[in-house]
Amino acid sequence: MLEAHDLACLKGDRLLFRGLALRLQAGGLLRVAGPNGVGKTSLLRLVTGLALPETGEVRWRGVGIRRDREALHRELLYLGHAPALNDLLTPLENLRFACAAAGDDADEQSCVTALARIGLENQLDLPARVLSQGQRRRVGLARLFLSARRPLWVLDEPFTALDAAAVAELATTLSDHCDAGGMVMLTTHQDAPFARAPEVLDVGGYAC
Amino acid sequence: MLSAFLAVLRRDLLLAWRGRADVLVTLAFFVIVVCLFPFGVGAETNLLRTIAPGVLWVAALLACLLSLHRLFAQDHGDGTLEQLLLSSEPAVLWVTAKVLAFWLTTGLPVVAVAPVLGMLLDLEQGAYPVLVISLALGTPILALLGAVGAALTLGLRGGGMLLALLVLPLFVPVLIFGAGAVEAELSGTGATAHLLLLGGGLAGALALAPWACAAALRVSTE
Amino acid sequence: MSRSDRGPSILRFAAPQNFYPLAGRLAPWFAGAAAVLTLAGLWLSFFVAPTDATQGEVYRVIFIHVPAAWMSMFVYLVMAFWSAVGLVMNTRLSFLMSQALAPTGAMFCVVALWTGALWGKPTWGTYWVWDARLTSQALLLFLYLGFIALTRAIEDPRRADRAGAIIALVGAVNVPVIYFSVKWWNTLHQGASVSLTKAPSMATTMLVGMLVMAVAAWAYTLAVVLWRVRPMILERERHTEWVGAELMREALRQGGRA
Repeated sequence: MLEAHDLACLKGDRLLFRGLALRLQAGGLLRVAGPNGVGKTSLLRLVTGLALPETGEVRWRGVGIRRDREALHRELLYLGHAPALNDLLTPLENLRFACAAAGDDADEQSCVTALARIGLENQLDLPARVLSQGQRRRVGLARLFLSARRPLWVLDEPFTALDAAAVAELATTLSDHCDAGGMVMLTTHQDAPFARAPEVLDVGGYAC
Repeated sequence: MLSAFLAVLRRDLLLAWRGRADVLVTLAFFVIVVCLFPFGVGAETNLLRTIAPGVLWVAALLACLLSLHRLFAQDHGDGTLEQLLLSSEPAVLWVTAKVLAFWLTTGLPVVAVAPVLGMLLDLEQGAYPVLVISLALGTPILALLGAVGAALTLGLRGGGMLLALLVLPLFVPVLIFGAGAVEAELSGTGATAHLLLLGGGLAGALALAPWACAAALRVSTE
Repeated sequence: MSRSDRGPSILRFAAPQNFYPLAGRLAPWFAGAAAVLTLAGLWLSFFVAPTDATQGEVYRVIFIHVPAAWMSMFVYLVMAFWSAVGLVMNTRLSFLMSQALAPTGAMFCVVALWTGALWGKPTWGTYWVWDARLTSQALLLFLYLGFIALTRAIEDPRRADRAGAIIALVGAVNVPVIYFSVKWWNTLHQGASVSLTKAPSMATTMLVGMLVMAVAAWAYTLAVVLWRVRPMILERERHTEWVGAELMREALRQGGRA
C-alpha cells in the first residue's frame, strides 16, 4: 500500500539518511524511531510528498507520489509538529477550516462532536491563543475523528503535551483505526499503550 | 471542488476582520506617503496636479508591497500552509482565494481611499472615474505578482527587502499603464487603450500567477 | 542508475561527473577564442572602421555597447531556458548553469548601461535619458540582481535552485511585457529621447567589427560560465564518491607540482 525504497534525504547540504526502505500494509501501525535530528520528521514529510527525496521513490497504491500527488492526498491525514491553529480563530473555526481546506465535508455538528470527544467542549468559542499546549494539540487531533475515510494517518509526535488519560485514549483511537483497515505511521518519544506492539523503523540505522 | 477556495476566502476575510488594525495601518501608510509629496516637491497646486496620478499610483503600489509579506507568513509559521499543500483540491484554487482575500482587504480599501487623496492633490474632476477603474484593475495584478514573490521569499532573513527587489521591476508595466491611464484621460486622448491593456494584464496574471505561486509555495515549504 | 546512463550519448553530459571534466577541457578553448576575437574586434573597431560622419570618434563605444546589450538579453533567455529544463527534468546541473550565468548577464547589463551613459554624455549632453532601451536595460539589471539575491539568500541549495528557476521564468515572461510597456510609456512622454539607431547605412567594417565583438562576448560567456560552474558542481556533489576521487586527484597534482 504505502511503500518506499532507497530513500535518501538531504537537509541543507547534509545527507541525513540513505537506503531507507519501508512498507506499510492495511492495518499496519509503524513507529518511526531514532534519536533527535536523525530525520524522523523529514522522513514523514517525504512520505507525505511535502518534501522530495534525494534518491528513491515513495509509492502509494503502487503509483509514485510524484506522478499522482492528489491520489495520496485524498487518502492522507498528516498532522505535523505545528498544530496548524490560527490564534485569532476559535477551535471550532480552526477545525472546520482544516477539514474544508483538506477537501472534507465536515458540518458544524460533527466538528462540535469531535471537539467534545477530545475534551474541548468548554473551549469551543475561545480564541485559540488562550489554549494550553495540550489543548492546542487536541484541536489538531480532533481531525482524527473526522478523517475515518482517510486510510493513511501520518502523525508527527501526536502524544506530545497530552496528559496520561489523553495518551491512552489516543492510542486506542489509533489502534481502532488500524483494526478497521487503516494505516498509521507516527513518531513518538514515549511508549504509548497500544493494543498491539507497533512495527518499529529505526531511522538511525540508515544514518550517514 | 470549491470547498477549499471558499473555506480559505471566508477564513482570510474573517481573520482580516479580527485583525482589522493591519488593514488600517496599510491605509494610513498609503495616506501618509501621498502626504509626503507636497513636503518634498513644494505645495504648488499646478505641480501637484501634474504629478497626482503618478504619486497616487506609486503610493498605492508601495502600500500593496508593504503588506505582501503578511500574505503567507502567518500560515507558514503555524503549519496551516503545509495542510493546505496537502489538500486534495488543486493548490491553484486556494492560492487564488488567498490572493483574492488579500486584495479585498488591502487593494480595495486603497482603491476606495484614492479619490479622497486625489482631492488633496487637486486632481481634476474628470479623472476620478479613471483613477478608480485603473486602480481596481491594476492592484489585483500587483497582488498576484506580489504573491509569487512573497511565496519565494517565505521565511527568509531580510525577506522584505528581497521581496521588493524581486517584484518591483515586475510592477513597472502596471504602474506605466495605471498612471498612464489617468494622465491620458487628463490630456484628452482617452484612457480606453490603457484600461484595456490593464484588463488584459489582469487576465494574464490571473491565468499564470497562481500556478507560479503554488509552485513557489511547494518549493519554499520543502 | 541515473537517467543519463540510459539516454542517448549527448545526455551523458547532463550527469555532473561527466560534465565536470568536459567543462574543464572546454573552458580554456573558449577563453582563448574570446581573447583572440576581442583583440581582433578591438583592432577592427578602433583602427579599421571609419570615423562616423555625424558622431565622430565617440560612436566607437558601440562596439562594446551593442554586443554587451545583446548578450545581457540573450543570457537571460538562456538562464530561463536552463531553469525550465531544471524544473521539468529535475536535473541539478541545469540550475547550476542558470546560477553561473546570472553574474555574467548582470555584468553585461552594467557594461551596456555604463557605455551607454559614456556615449550619451557627448551625444545627448546627459549621462542618462529615460530612453526606452536604457530603461528596459536597467530593469533587466534589476531582474538579474533579484535572481542573484534570491539564490544567495536561500541557504538550502535545493530550495535556492528551484526558487531561482521560478523567478527566472516569471522574469522571462515579463521581459517582453516590460519592454513593450516602457516603449509605450516612452512614446507618450517624448522627452529628450534620441533614437539609438546609427547612421542609416553602416559601413561594412563597422558591422564586421561589431559581429566579431559579439562572438567574442559569446566565447567569453561560455568560458566564464564553464569555469564558474565547476566549483559549484564540486560543492553540491561533495558528498558523492566521484568528487572525493576528483579532489584526491587534484591534491596529487598539486603535490606533484610543489
